[in-house]
Amino acid sequence: MVLVLALGDLHIPHRAADLPAKFKSMLVPGKIQHVICTGNLCIKEVHDYLKTLCPDLHITRGEYDEETRYPETKTLTIGQFKLGLCHGHQVIPWGDLDSLAMLQRQLDVDILVTGHTHQFTAYKHEAGVVINPGSATGAYSSITYDVNPSFVLMDIDALRVVVYVYELIDGEVKVDKIDFKKTTTQSAN
Amino acid sequence: MLATEGMEDEEKWLAEGIAAIQHNAFYMSRALDSDNLREALKYSALLLSELRTSKLSPHKYYELYMRAFDELRKLEMFFREEDRHGCSVIDLYELVQHAGNILPRLYLLCTVGSVYIKSKEAPAKDILKDLVEMCRGIQHPTRGLFLRSYLAQISRDKLPDLGSEYEGEGDTVMDAVDFVLQNFTEMNKLWVRMQHDGPVRLKEKLDKERSELRDLVGKNLHVLSQIEGVDLEMYKDVVLPRVLEQVVNCKDEIAQYYLMDCIIQVFPDEYHLQTLETLLGACPQLQPAVDVKTVLSRLMERLSNYADSSPEVLPDFLQVEAFAKLSSAIGKVIEAQVDMPVVGAISLYVFLLTFTLRVHPDRLDYVDQILGACVKKLSGEAKLEDSIATKQVVALLSAPLEKYSDIVTVLSLSNYPRVMDHLDAGTNKIMATIIIESIMKNDTCVSTADKVEVLFELIKGLIKELDVTATDELDEEDFKEEQNSVARLIHVLYNDEPEEMLKIICTVRKHIMAGGPKRLTFTVPPLAFSALKLVRRLQGQDGDMAGEEVPATPKKIFKLLNETIEALSSVPSPELALRLYLQCAEAANDCELEPIAYEFFTQAFVLYEEEVADSKAQVTAIHLIIGTLQKMTVFGVENRDTLTHKATGYSAKLLKKPDQCRAVYACSHLFWVDDQDGIKDGERVLLCLKRSLRIANAAQQQANVTRGSSGPVTLFVEILNKYLYFFEKGNPQITSSAIQSLIELIKTEMQSDATTPDKASDAFFSSTLRYVQFQKQKGGLMGEKYGSIKKFATSVSLIFLEDLLGWVS
Repeated sequence: MVLVLALGDLHIPHRAADLPAKFKSMLVPGKIQHVICTGNLCIKEVHDYLKTLCPDLHITRGEYDEETRYPETKTLTIGQFKLGLCHGHQVIPWGDLDSLAMLQRQLDVDILVTGHTHQFTAYKHEAGVVINPGSATGAYSSITYDVNPSFVLMDIDALRVVVYVYELIDGEVKVDKIDFKKTTTQSAN
Repeated sequence: MLATEGMEDEEKWLAEGIAAIQHNAFYMSRALDSDNLREALKYSALLLSELRTSKLSPHKYYELYMRAFDELRKLEMFFREEDRHGCSVIDLYELVQHAGNILPRLYLLCTVGSVYIKSKEAPAKDILKDLVEMCRGIQHPTRGLFLRSYLAQISRDKLPDLGSEYEGEGDTVMDAVDFVLQNFTEMNKLWVRMQHDGPVRLKEKLDKERSELRDLVGKNLHVLSQIEGVDLEMYKDVVLPRVLEQVVNCKDEIAQYYLMDCIIQVFPDEYHLQTLETLLGACPQLQPAVDVKTVLSRLMERLSNYADSSPEVLPDFLQVEAFAKLSSAIGKVIEAQVDMPVVGAISLYVFLLTFTLRVHPDRLDYVDQILGACVKKLSGEAKLEDSIATKQVVALLSAPLEKYSDIVTVLSLSNYPRVMDHLDAGTNKIMATIIIESIMKNDTCVSTADKVEVLFELIKGLIKELDVTATDELDEEDFKEEQNSVARLIHVLYNDEPEEMLKIICTVRKHIMAGGPKRLTFTVPPLAFSALKLVRRLQGQDGDMAGEEVPATPKKIFKLLNETIEALSSVPSPELALRLYLQCAEAANDCELEPIAYEFFTQAFVLYEEEVADSKAQVTAIHLIIGTLQKMTVFGVENRDTLTHKATGYSAKLLKKPDQCRAVYACSHLFWVDDQDGIKDGERVLLCLKRSLRIANAAQQQANVTRGSSGPVTLFVEILNKYLYFFEKGNPQITSSAIQSLIELIKTEMQSDATTPDKASDAFFSSTLRYVQFQKQKGGLMGEKYGSIKKFATSVSLIFLEDLLGWVS
């Protein structure tokens, strides 16, 4: 069992002062094995904070990140899953599932994690999963109205991944759970 | 080496003294064992004679004294048992006075005196009075102090205190108090006299020796505080006035400082509270060199803790007007001690403030009054340079923040900013950071423009360059951190009322615009987003409402945004400005304000053309432009054509071919919006895709020429995916045969010897083909559509490429 924290679009300090205190108290060091961040942190302080949660930190570049050395896309393998990471402003139309599916094919990954829309989504597409963890700070978005702060925790175990979505709605943290199983045809590749 | 020799000598003398005491103690014990009173008195007197030495320092003398003290305990036990020595205590009291030397005589007298009181054969007060008078016989400071300390020790449990067995029949608490006070007075005199103890000795050494003895004097005050009968009234009427009289009259700075502190520490807090005036009244009468500041601060600290201990005592503080008294005492001390360094005065104010915050948390006027007094003290000086004083001022300013944990309260203190003005630029910044941290920590919302104005006045050290002449280079990281904290702060300046919110935004804008180019990149984005959030709230309620002019409209805010972002583009920070313009364009789109949206796009395009030079930055910028434009619904045909034309133009002019190719196929989405009312111009989509194919082809050829092999075919696979996308969306211009051709083309390319093998491209192509297969098998309409694409076509020819490109070439 491996826990992967996926989050992004914090937009600190451009659009939000900080992560919600409730999230901060939930995210404690030592429980998470990997952190993947789609980008738009935007400053080093946030990077340093994420690093304290877990040293294994993977970040792609959002259009507001001050750090220019983050890559545009990144792939990593966790257990039997291949994960792809990308901020998503490069994929037009923004947030379009079919277009994201193309990126998924391009990166040849089982799970694609992108951001940019600030809208949490998790789709099963073809043989894979496309996830957007939303904005961890509930930052303003020109695309999505009434953004609630959210992040995703993935519990990866053998061929199964359970996606937990944490959303802060009116000061209360709501958790949702989505289950995905990997079909073995994909792994034959 | 004189000092060490002296110390060695002292060790020697002490050893000799101890040996002599042990020697005589041995014989005394033997006499006690055989109940021989005469011998016992003889040897005890001999033993006590050792205490007559003048050679030892107080520290060593104490060791000697303790040896003798232990022996005297045994003697006292013996005295108590009359049947052992057959002598009445009255006779004993006479007998011991025959001892040859005065010092042993007085020690013995005290010892018998203790037994005498216990026997109750005479009133305790008479014996005590006798003893305390007799002890005047010793005027040598060290010897006298130890003798009187012995007297205090043996009499402690025999004072005619309230409820004690020695009380009554004319013996009252008053006698106990008189006795202790007298002994205290005499001891203090001896102690003070030590400083005149021969000019040959070094003052420093003398002071050290004196401080070693101070607890002997202070012990008396402790005894006084332990006397049950000393109630508040007696403390107020007798004890405190007499102790203070001695303190003031001794005119010795060491004694005065020590004893004042001692009074504060040993007597109960409630006594202090009720005698505040008397106690504080003594302060100005002390010697000028006495550290009154520390004395007062200790007192305030104690009282603060007392106030904290229970809410029930708070009314007492109010009743005695503790604040007014302390405040005026501090004022007098500061006034009297002209030479007192600023740091001293400020630290006094810090203690007074701590006191006030605990005792009168509701009295903001007191807090402001203290800050005002501080300003007065500081106004004589230029900027503070003393780092310790600066720290004290920071402590002074931080205390209300911690107490109220609400900046709004602090903002109402008129003297607060005036104190801050006296800080140097560096400390001013530190204080500003503390203020911001406090706001963020407490989640305070600053909700009116007036308060925002005061707040920005407080933190102006971070907002603009205070000291234009400052040449020292600020650390880049520190500067970033500071400015980021200001950026964070902007998010907590909020009001639900759009009108007030707009005022807040205008206030913030006014201040940050004065920050200079270095700060704008940090402060403009949060302000812009704060404004955009307001726009969203107002969305749809634009225009005149019931004929009245609405003060906060999206139009107004957009105007403000335009001007604000323009400042950013001249910093120059064109990339950030471009992003913000695009955000505004989208917001204007949502408000259905076409001209404004067009204006923002124009601004973004101008920046793109004139300011964004870096090719990587161009790629990101063009994707943002296309992405935003794709979502715009407000534009009429003409505006839309102009903008899409420009965007495709920019795309085709990117530096690197692969970037060109990707941007151009992304442009295809500008002509096909998958909405009900969205534009669906299939031909122009195809045009874009063909154009990108041609660029991909050119990229291949370029790679061939420069590297001798073709690049990866990934661009073709990407375009294939775009074909599939529009094929699925029902674009009639995208035919299955074209897709078929493209697949064949890619296969050809991949099998070509010139092509560099690339795992990633292969996987991409495989997964794309798998996707085609997947769609075919899905059945239904989509399956039918895909049915015409054959996966394993046999004919392989470049003609297909020619066909595909035919349209554009």
